[in-house]
Amino acid sequence: MANPSTVEPTRRDMLFIATGAVAAVGAGSVAWPLISQMNPDASTLALASTEVDVSSIPEGGSLTVKWRGKPVFVRHRTKKEIDEAVATPLAQLPDPQADKARVKKPEWLVVVGVCTHLGCVPLGAPGSRGEYDGWFCPCHGSHYDTSGRIRKGPAPLNLAVPTYDFLSDTKLRIG
Amino acid sequence: MSGPSTFVPQSALGRWFESRLPLGGLVHSSFIAYPTPRNLNYFWTFGAILSFMLVAQIITGIVLAMHYTPHVDYAFVSVEQIMRDVNWGWFMRYSHANGASMFFVAVYIHMFRGLYYGSYKAPREVLWILGVVIFLIMMATAFMGYVLPWGQMSFWGATVITNLFSAIPLVGEAITTWLWGGYSVDNPTLNRFFALHYLMPFMLVGVVVLHVWALHVTGQNNPTGVDVKNVQRDTLPFTPFATVKDSFALVVFLIFFSWWIFYVPNYLGHADNYIEANPLVTPAHIVPEWYFLPFYAILRAIPSKLGGVMAMFGSIAILAFLPWLDTSKVRSANYRPVYRVFFIVFVLTCIGLGYLGAMPAEGGYVLASRLLTLYYFGFFLVILPLLGMYETPRPVPATIADSVLPQGGARLQPAE
Ligand code: HEM
Ligand code: FES
Repeated sequence: MANPSTVEPTRRDMLFIATGAVAAVGAGSVAWPLISQMNPDASTLALASTEVDVSSIPEGGSLTVKWRGKPVFVRHRTKKEIDEAVATPLAQLPDPQADKARVKKPEWLVVVGVCTHLGCVPLGAPGSRGEYDGWFCPCHGSHYDTSGRIRKGPAPLNLAVPTYDFLSDTKLRIG
Repeated sequence: MSGPSTFVPQSALGRWFESRLPLGGLVHSSFIAYPTPRNLNYFWTFGAILSFMLVAQIITGIVLAMHYTPHVDYAFVSVEQIMRDVNWGWFMRYSHANGASMFFVAVYIHMFRGLYYGSYKAPREVLWILGVVIFLIMMATAFMGYVLPWGQMSFWGATVITNLFSAIPLVGEAITTWLWGGYSVDNPTLNRFFALHYLMPFMLVGVVVLHVWALHVTGQNNPTGVDVKNVQRDTLPFTPFATVKDSFALVVFLIFFSWWIFYVPNYLGHADNYIEANPLVTPAHIVPEWYFLPFYAILRAIPSKLGGVMAMFGSIAILAFLPWLDTSKVRSANYRPVYRVFFIVFVLTCIGLGYLGAMPAEGGYVLASRLLTLYYFGFFLVILPLLGMYETPRPVPATIADSVLPQGGARLQPAE
C-alpha cells in the first residue's frame, strides 16, 4: 500500500476542504449576530446628552448628574484645590496626567463618578473626601485627588473625563 | 462497576416497554442494585442532599418566575408583591433565597469531603473536574439570582463583579460593555441575567447527570480510600442501604433548612437589599453573599486590579488541577498524618478568608487576608506536591471489609 502522505490529493479531498470552509464561514456568520445582539442597542447608543446648569453650585461644592446611567461629578473647585492639583508633580501619580489636560476651565472639574477599580461611586461630600481632598471610594479604599486622579488604593486609572462643552458660562452639555 | 442490567420487570407491560426502552434497567442498576462501599459515613449523603436542593431551587424558582418582572422599574416592586400579596409568596421566596445558601453549605461540605478522603485521585479525575464545573455554574447562577430583586446590594454587587472583566488587558472594557448591553448595569443587564438565571440550573442538571455517570463508572470512594476488591464483602446494594441513609440525612438537613426559612429568613441576606437599586449611591460597605466571601477576600488581598482578579479566578481554577498537584498515592487523610494537619489548617484558612471578606479592606484585615491567601495557594502549589514525596503514610487496611467487619467479614457468606 502506498504511504498516504505521498498520495496525490484527489478531487474528493478538495471537495472536503471546500465544504468545510463554507461550513465554517456559515457557522461564523450565524454566531456573530448571536454575540453582537448583547452589545448596547440603538436606543442605548442614542441616549441624548445631558445639559446641566452649574450656576447654583457654590465654590467648593459639587453636583452629581446622571449621564448614560452613570453619575457625573461637576465640582466647583476652590483656589486651594486648583493649586494643589496643579502643583502635584507628575512623578507622584500612578496614572500621570497634568491637571490642565483634565479641565476646560480650572474652576470646573467634570469627571465620571465611577471608580476605575470595580465601578463603585466614590464619596465626595466634605469630610469623606479621602487623603487627597478629592474623592474616596469606600468599596476597596481608593483615594482620588482634587483633579480626580488616582493617588492611593487598588484603582489603576484616574476618574474619566467625559466629553463636554460649555454652552455658556453657566450651562454645560455633557456627551 | 455496573454491568449490563439483569433487571426483568414483573409485569408484561413492563417487559414490553423494557425491551423498547430499558429505563427500568437503568434505574435499577444505578439506584437499586448499585454496589456502595459498606463503610460510607454521613459525609457521603451530601450528594443526595445536593440533588434534592437542585430540584427544590428549580421548583421554587419557576414559581417565583410566574410572579416576577425582570424590568428595572418593576423588579423590586414585584419581589415585594411576592412577599406581601402572592399566596405563600413569602414562603417561596424565603425557600429560594435560603435554599441557595443551603445549596452552598452542602456543596462546601461535599467538596471538603472529597479533599479529605482524596476522592479526586485516579481514577476519579474527570468526576472531580465535573464537580468543579458544577461549582462554577452554581456560583454564576447564584450571582445572577441575587441581582434579580434589584436592591442596592443586587445592583452594586453586579457592578463590582461585572467590572472584574474590565481588568482584562485591551478587550476588558469592550467585554464589560457587552455583558451589560450598555454603559452601566441597567435594564438590558437585568433582563439577560434573568434569562441566564433561568437557563443555568437546567445546564446544571445536565452536568450533574454526567457527574453521576462518571461516579457510577469508577464507583464511590470511601473513608479508607481503598478500592473495592470483593463486591460481596466490601459493598452493599444502594437500596435499601444508601437510600435509607440518604433519606435520613436529608430529613435532618431539611430541619436545618427550615430553621432558616421560618425563624431567621433574612439573617443570611443583607438589609441594604431591601432598598431599591440606586445607580448614583453606593452603599458604604458592599459585601457579597456569604458563600462568595473567601473569594472576595482573595480579590481584595492583592493590591492590583488585574492581579486581584487573576488570584480570585485562579483560586477556583486551581481546584481543577488538584488531581495532579497531589502526588501522594494514599487517598484517605485518615492514613496521612501530616496531610491531615495541613488539611485542617486549610479548612480554617477558608473560614478565616470568609470572615475577612466581610470586614472592611483596611489595616490588619488586609495583612491577614494576604497571609491566608498565601496559605491557600501554598497548600495547592507547594504543600500537596511535596508532601506526597516526604510524608510516611500509616498502613492502609487491605480491604474495605477489613476496616469495618470482625475478621474482615471472613464469615460473610456470598449472597448467591
Ligand atoms: C441552581 C439553582 C438556583 C440558585 C442557586 C438560585 C439562586 C437565587 C438567588 C440567590 C436569588 C436571590 C434571592 C433573593 O435574595 O431574593 C434568586 C432569585 C430568583 N430566582 Fe433563583 N436560583 C436557582 C434556580 C432558579 C430557577 C430554576 C429559577 C426559574 C426560573 C429561578 C428564578 C428566580 C427568580 C424569579 C428570582 C427573583 C425573585 C427573588 O429575588 O426571590 N431560580 N435565585
Ligand atoms: S470600586 Fe472603588 S476601590 Fe474598588
